[in-house]
Amino acid sequence: MEPLVSFEGVIKRYGDFVAVKKMDFTIRKGEFLAIMGSSGCGKTTTLRMLAGLDAPTEGVIRLSGQPIDHLPTWARDTPMVWQSLALFPFLNVRENVEFALKMRGMGRAARRQKAEHWLDRMQILEFADRNIAQLSGGQRQRVALARSLVVEPQILLLDEPLSALDAALKVRMQSVLKTLQRETGITFVYVTHSQSEAFSMADRVVIMSRGQIEQIGTPQEIYGTPRTRFVADFLGSSNIFTGTVRHSSAQGVEVETPDGPVTLTGGAFAAPPKAGETATLTVLDTKTQLGLVPPGGANAIRVRVIGEEFVGATATIYLETAQGREIRVQKSHDELAGLPLGIGQELFAHWSPTDSHLVAEA
Amino acid sequence: MSANPANRSRLVDLGLRAYVVLAFAFVFAPIAASFVFSFNSDRFPSIPLGQMSLQWYQAVASDPLVWEGLRNTLGIGVIVGLVSTALGFGAAYTDFRFKFFGKQVYMALALLPPTIPVVIMGLAMLAYLSRIDLSGNALSVIIAHVVICAPFAMAIVRLRLSQMDADLEAAAWNLGASEWKAMAHVIVPFTLPAILGALFITMAVSFDEFAIAWFVSGLNETLPVKVLGFLQGQVSPRINAIGTFVFVLSMGLVIGAQVLLSQKSKE
Repeated sequence: MEPLVSFEGVIKRYGDFVAVKKMDFTIRKGEFLAIMGSSGCGKTTTLRMLAGLDAPTEGVIRLSGQPIDHLPTWARDTPMVWQSLALFPFLNVRENVEFALKMRGMGRAARRQKAEHWLDRMQILEFADRNIAQLSGGQRQRVALARSLVVEPQILLLDEPLSALDAALKVRMQSVLKTLQRETGITFVYVTHSQSEAFSMADRVVIMSRGQIEQIGTPQEIYGTPRTRFVADFLGSSNIFTGTVRHSSAQGVEVETPDGPVTLTGGAFAAPPKAGETATLTVLDTKTQLGLVPPGGANAIRVRVIGEEFVGATATIYLETAQGREIRVQKSHDELAGLPLGIGQELFAHWSPTDSHLVAEA
Repeated sequence: MSANPANRSRLVDLGLRAYVVLAFAFVFAPIAASFVFSFNSDRFPSIPLGQMSLQWYQAVASDPLVWEGLRNTLGIGVIVGLVSTALGFGAAYTDFRFKFFGKQVYMALALLPPTIPVVIMGLAMLAYLSRIDLSGNALSVIIAHVVICAPFAMAIVRLRLSQMDADLEAAAWNLGASEWKAMAHVIVPFTLPAILGALFITMAVSFDEFAIAWFVSGLNETLPVKVLGFLQGQVSPRINAIGTFVFVLSMGLVIGAQVLLSQKSKE
């Protein structure tokens, strides 16, 4: 797929503060890309630079191959859905949606027709003559989407647009967004701090931390094989073990951690670490097993139950190692049947060496 | 307001009501007296009242000097309102939109003129304007009044801009509006109630302003300056008639501004 947008060595500084450090990545035409990270990680700055609301200090941003740095915001075709929605309170729904067309000098009749098409598509045509103040949160959301989509852009930027909605509405809007993106083929760039939003909608996810990209990949890739310790930590779905490498070869790695030795076999890693180095292995909490006795082979760690949490069909068991580190295990109720899980119960957490995963320390 | 009457002391309630009535009575009694005596046929304000009469209004209306003063006042007021609202809007928008070195000093200076004692302001204006050959005509009154009115306009528009979602203007740019278009289609419509309110209030301030106009108006006296002339000659109930007229006009403007401004902040 050809890149629609490319960031080439983009850096953004505010005085001494570096908001974005050296971004190099591309956005493919027609994809749903989520940029995810905690607040202050540079995700919104990245989006604002693409929209032309902020200018990169260094580097080039290209849209369809052409540099766009010299273009003012209003000359770019990069409409944005704002976190605050930023609907015009003195205009009614229809006038809000027509705004971008009016600014482009489109005639009254054509404007009206196009606005109504998008209002209809967003299922808010019946509210066309209402004031913004008379709408519910979900309806406003749809007005904001229609207002940006009415120019039928190549790319739509979304800055945490669902953050003000309640949980049920959020889930409904996620499916509206996903369907809309698939049907229109417009490239969506969606900034969020919510893992569930990013993973449920996006084709690819960019994970950022402190102005840098930690990992880019499909949700499955990132979930299954976090590239760095930060990503594994941030997703919170893996147990993480750090220690000194004892043996290392193309076939596997053995790391001595304070909780005991952990091993990895058959995993794919670019460069095996050298013996004596520090390395971090992760294992998904769903791939971690529990038992009363240690099974044969490696990766068995003595733990004590410190808590449990039931959510629907699955349970999360919180455990503590002899060193006081927390480990989590996620299982269905059936898989846990027959296992004593009282607080303080001694168990063994174990997993197959093929489920271990080596992550970069950075 | 407390929804449960048990949460309120009836005595305190009553006391507060009485206080409000008294405060308004204190403020409006002299104006009300002037209003009543303007319709009284007697030469001197005394009780019991004489007959109801419009004679003082007729006397005022037939005086060419009053008409000249009124013409000056209205003409100057309209121009002052327009110019100071335009300047005030510009200053308020500058404050809203830009960050720059010395901004606090800029804002302090912009808000300063109304805090200067009017006599000093009037004297300074007279000295300065006569030096550049601008004293003693309507233009000099306009200049002097704009100086004291523009800060009011700025304060009013600034308040409205502070209620605006900071993303609104950027959202307009993002949707294809240039800076001028965003100004015309977003900033001005949003602040329109405040702009009209500022227009009314600055006009009202200019209508009523006496001290500075007295210093700089020369032969083009505004109505308040003329009134002083009448008072120095003789005390006549005609003053009551003029006072009532000016009061109604100014209150109309101020109430109009209040209605506009409070309507919009409910959004």
